[in-house]
Amino acid sequence: MTHYLMSVHGPAEREEYGNYGSKEAMEQAFADTGAFNERIKAEGYWVFGGGLLDASTATVVDGQGETPVMTDGPYLETKELIGGFWVIDAPDLDVALRLAAEASKACRGKVEVRPFEGLA
Amino acid sequence: MPGSTAAIEQVFREEYGRLIASLVRRFGDIDIAEDAAGEALVVALEKWPESGVPPNPGGWLTTTAANRAIDKLRREKLRDDKHRQAVDMYDDTPHESLGIFEQDEDDRLRLMFTCCHPALAPEARIALTLRLLGGLTVEEIAQAFLVPETTMGQRITRAKKKIAAARIPYKIPDASDLPERVSTVLTVLFLVFNEGYLSTGDGSPIRAELTAEAIRLARILRSLMPEEPEVTGLLALLLLTEARREARVRGGELVRLDDQDRGGWDRELIAEGHALVRECLALDRPGRYQVLAAINAVHTDAPTAEATDWAQVAALYDQLLRIDPSPIVALNRAVAIAELDGPEVALAQVDRLGQDSPVLASYHAFHATRADLLRRLGRSSEAREAYDAALAVCDNTAERAYLSRRRGELV
Repeated sequence: MTHYLMSVHGPAEREEYGNYGSKEAMEQAFADTGAFNERIKAEGYWVFGGGLLDASTATVVDGQGETPVMTDGPYLETKELIGGFWVIDAPDLDVALRLAAEASKACRGKVEVRPFEGLA
Repeated sequence: MPGSTAAIEQVFREEYGRLIASLVRRFGDIDIAEDAAGEALVVALEKWPESGVPPNPGGWLTTTAANRAIDKLRREKLRDDKHRQAVDMYDDTPHESLGIFEQDEDDRLRLMFTCCHPALAPEARIALTLRLLGGLTVEEIAQAFLVPETTMGQRITRAKKKIAAARIPYKIPDASDLPERVSTVLTVLFLVFNEGYLSTGDGSPIRAELTAEAIRLARILRSLMPEEPEVTGLLALLLLTEARREARVRGGELVRLDDQDRGGWDRELIAEGHALVRECLALDRPGRYQVLAAINAVHTDAPTAEATDWAQVAALYDQLLRIDPSPIVALNRAVAIAELDGPEVALAQVDRLGQDSPVLASYHAFHATRADLLRRLGRSSEAREAYDAALAVCDNTAERAYLSRRRGELV
């Protein structure tokens, strides 16, 4: 079994209702994602997962120098950022890609699949 | 000379896909499989000149390679985790439900799906397929695609690394994924063939080693999946296209279908292609490659260009448009319409296509088709501009020669 990171990429600037368009659409996406989560827990693929708050809440820390340097905001200035992620445990990439396709449909976003080095 | 180095290398290449596929199943690692295959070749080059090529060279190579790999892995077992895993994974038991022969075929099919996995970049799929299943060297593949050998080497290394790290599986895809995955494999074979048939760059306009390799792999795929009509359709399409290869270029210049010497077509390939077209169409599950093959069957059925059943060709393009509504298919349909309803009707359709699909502006066949229709209508200055536009985006030497001559002949 391999651990894969499934990260959801979305716009850095979030609108009201988080770019879902409407309150109903947002609630439907949350419900679909919740159902997906319950299913992959029951099927044994789930390791960890969650949504992230807005990128404006991020802080970058560089602790390589003598005193840590803190910078407000995300590491990269970019139009697309990770909005949430799962860590799954799957036997091979075909299974991971199938789960990612379902995850993408549920959360209304593109999902990047990337294997961990060794087990997470 | 059956025992010469060249003959042995030829046998090795013929057997390479089978050998690698079997070793990947046994050891679960492509690099180990390739190293072991390379060692088996060294042993063959030592022994075969004296002993002669064994009656079952594939079996001999597989056994030799597997033994070498096991020896090496046992020596390295304590040092390296990956090698320990490979020894532990080593599996020399034939699959329970399959005989030796089926196991062999099954392995090659798995390897084909691994090499053409949609998680790999399209150019990497092509390179890996030619390397691992076709047995071409990295140098040969690099030459075929006109990239430096180091670039091609890196492309292949990177793809193999991804297969191992991301665990791209070595298996026949699940039934739900199968149609999509078969289509990915067919695309790879079609691209290999096309690069051979209509080569880009300054070199030879046709690279027969690529068309031959694509046909060989398509034959293997068909033997593995005889019930898939699109697989049969692709093989038929490749054979019917290959049959016209010799007649298609004369003196470095492209010869269009209606000007080709039909006596120079390969009748054996045409007969085989026609039989395959009938066979797949009888299954009544039409697809892109089957319809393309059927169109080529109509062309190769006509004793002269004038005798072509253009109504049938146009009807087949209509069917293809329903499957694949792309502007390129519509453009090809317009060529048939020119023969049925005249160049004026066809030109109106082509111009409308150009307006609706600006992407056609970068496609040389769009301009070449327009140029030809304008020429037939006697609109020379517009034809000249269209030939210029075609030449500006055409990168096949034989087609360029044809377009330049046509342009020069305008009055």
